[in-house]
Amino acid sequence: MTIGLNHYLILAGILFCIGLYGALSRRNAVAILMCIEIMLNAVNITMVAFSRYIVASALTGQIFAIFIMTVAAAEAAVGLAIFISLYRHRETVDVERMDLLKW
Amino acid sequence: MTGVGIAIGFWVLAVVAVASALAVVLWRNILRAALILVLCFVSIAGIYITLNADFLAAVQVLIYAGAIAIVIVFAVMLTRDAPRGNQLNRFWFPALVISALMLIVIIYTSLSTDWKTVAELASEPTTSAIATALFDKEKGFILPFEIASVLLLAATIGAIALAREK
Repeated sequence: MTIGLNHYLILAGILFCIGLYGALSRRNAVAILMCIEIMLNAVNITMVAFSRYIVASALTGQIFAIFIMTVAAAEAAVGLAIFISLYRHRETVDVERMDLLKW
Repeated sequence: MTGVGIAIGFWVLAVVAVASALAVVLWRNILRAALILVLCFVSIAGIYITLNADFLAAVQVLIYAGAIAIVIVFAVMLTRDAPRGNQLNRFWFPALVISALMLIVIIYTSLSTDWKTVAELASEPTTSAIATALFDKEKGFILPFEIASVLLLAATIGAIALAREK
């Protein structure tokens, strides 16, 4: 029973689809952001798994994972600031009621 | 670490990660969902250790389980929807179908592709190797690194400007 590349890919796929379902089916914007973080983590697992099992000496996948983490941190900071600002103006973070741009 | 140890660690961490991700998605109380998200991040850090990525595991604990989780808990507190905030919207059933189809496609492609895997390397620390690969003069990632730092600065200033009291 050895753990191979497929184990990590399927684990990452399961986590990605859980996050996708949550991001599509929730009404609270903060919950949607949490699900997006789960999806980004799943992508990072695939990056590190490919780096380990396919180009084991180059470590490029781990460097890509570091850049993804940077972008995820920036996205979380800006996204949560937007939600706090929206809550201050409209008293809600329900995405079904954020329809100002809908014609 | 031996192969059996890595296998046991992988299965335990994978079950914990999937269960806590499901709890994040399904739990009605959003504050508890934000706290169980920390468990998900920590178990993914453990998965990185089974992949021989010790530096990334440390970064995962610091950035995700430390910084991002705290920021999310702050946002939950400041928006005051905690007890009933995590309700389903009208599109939960199409979302379930789309996610299930996506999962089937991912599993099928990853099982049917013939990955050209290399032989296992001995586990050794990756920190200095990552530093060499990141800052190498010939084929490093110096320009993306600088752009990432500018991105973080812009995100910080933008977050402060957005969330400030007018």
